[in-house]
Amino acid sequence: MSNSLRLYIIAALCLLLATFLFGLLATWAFLYPATYNRFLPFYQLRPLHVSAALFWIITGATAGVLYYKKDAGSPENKKINLIEPLFIYLWLGTIVVIFVCYGFKMFGGREYWEFPPALCLPLLISWLLFIFSYWRTPEIRSKKKMPMYIWMWSTGILFFLITFSEQNLWQIPWFRYSYLREITVQWKANGSMVGAWNQIIYGTSLYLMVKISGDESIANNRTAFIFYMLGLANLMFNWGHHIYNVPAASWIRDTSYIISMTEWIFLIRIIQGFKNKLKERKKFVNLITYRFIIAAEAWVFMNLLLSLAMSVPAINRYTHGTHITVAHAMGTTIGINTMILLASFSYMLGMDREDAPAKKTIGICYWTGQYSLLIFWLSLIAAGVIKGYEATVLNVANFQEVMRVVTPAIKVFSFAGIGVAISMGTIASIFIYRAFRFKAIEN
Amino acid sequence: MFRSWLVLFIAYAIYTCMVYSYCDNRDRNETIPSSQALAGWHTWQAKNCQSCHQIYGLGGYLGPDLTNITADSNKNELYLQTFIKYGSGTMPNFFLNDTEVKNIIAFLYWINKSGKSKVSKENVTWAGNYNFEK
Repeated sequence: MSNSLRLYIIAALCLLLATFLFGLLATWAFLYPATYNRFLPFYQLRPLHVSAALFWIITGATAGVLYYKKDAGSPENKKINLIEPLFIYLWLGTIVVIFVCYGFKMFGGREYWEFPPALCLPLLISWLLFIFSYWRTPEIRSKKKMPMYIWMWSTGILFFLITFSEQNLWQIPWFRYSYLREITVQWKANGSMVGAWNQIIYGTSLYLMVKISGDESIANNRTAFIFYMLGLANLMFNWGHHIYNVPAASWIRDTSYIISMTEWIFLIRIIQGFKNKLKERKKFVNLITYRFIIAAEAWVFMNLLLSLAMSVPAINRYTHGTHITVAHAMGTTIGINTMILLASFSYMLGMDREDAPAKKTIGICYWTGQYSLLIFWLSLIAAGVIKGYEATVLNVANFQEVMRVVTPAIKVFSFAGIGVAISMGTIASIFIYRAFRFKAIEN
Repeated sequence: MFRSWLVLFIAYAIYTCMVYSYCDNRDRNETIPSSQALAGWHTWQAKNCQSCHQIYGLGGYLGPDLTNITADSNKNELYLQTFIKYGSGTMPNFFLNDTEVKNIIAFLYWINKSGKSKVSKENVTWAGNYNFEK
């Protein structure tokens, strides 16, 4: 592992720690805004949290791709060796500038991308460098029959470029002449972008399962192909559920509604494969990497149930604009994305070769994290159900009145958040410590 | 494999063009924003208002959804001006000048014209979808 890649891995894990820190502060700022307004207001904490989370996921996903593409021992390529650190330093440098901007209250005010829009340019350039270095890797180009994880990585990388560019279209005046167009295009880009990084992360999960089981066929069979295509169709057309209540053209809602129902197939597949998973679990349960993958699979199941419900417009009418949306966002980013990324980092850093006390600490934190996350997730759903009931069924118009009833659930969520932050933060810290010592250990 | 991928990608490209061109329901006579509304939109973004407020249910949950706030008969323009200019216990004071406050209000008036954030029971069809023509 090169020094720049090691730095990249450490930076990604630091972003995870920052996500937990700012997330914790933001939940308490949400409960006590008047106090926090004096020194660190919510409108400053939220972008710090969201950007840290977003960059943790993207940086973590790309770190995996940078590492695994070389896993087969590719011949040295000087051009790649130069471009890769260039990408790493430009990407990380821009992230630092973004956080400095937030410190000075300089915002771009877009959902997910709340930093000044000029900073999208260095991010775009670094992504192009990443694509170049990825595509120049002999393993990627030379394989006659590419395994499904390479298809997934390639798709995710390409669609991130497309959607990242698309979410900047608002800077062209024509897109701003209609608010309905602007908001539709914004959420088309954001929705598909989530699908893009999911492709990279799920590709990594598949790759890890191939490595753990030693069975290459799971990334080459027909079922993997069908599910990849279904995932791709969802990435392309299932973003409309974000904007069901926006009075844009009805065929956008219809398309999204129909495509989202294909998620039932994923759900049925998980239920069908449950028995095999139990057998597989017995075999690999002692591996740290595997434990994170299996946790992610459990969270996929729970979040699929939630997402299927939210994809029906008649139900979405009650859930939209409530904390159920937050439960889905956090359930997928922490429960699925973060678990797979921790599995990936565990594999890269060889955590299964770590000494017994460190492994024991990871084991304790793992279970504390899972239970805290479950309470965290359920309390957000409870908050959403209460808000939806108050605002849509009882038609309570006074916002403060609605929030007063929701607050107890938010308090439970905030306390559970402490559990998530401490346990997962400890795991991230152990990983960082291992990454610092990595060179010495491997030698 | 590549052929299936390409077919799907072409469908996506066509769909994207359709979304850009026709998503805004032109028959709704949505007006082009005035320069004042555009300036208000700029201030809205520069102050990161969406991190606490929602428009069409999208944004943060610390403050209320503001899509149709200008149509609320209980909150006249003076009320909005005072609130935006000085803030409250929950909302910080952003020290906006009078022009910036008026621009934000012009932006909110423009947003209100684009539609309603809340979907009424009558808009839900038998298939569970929405029909906004009702």
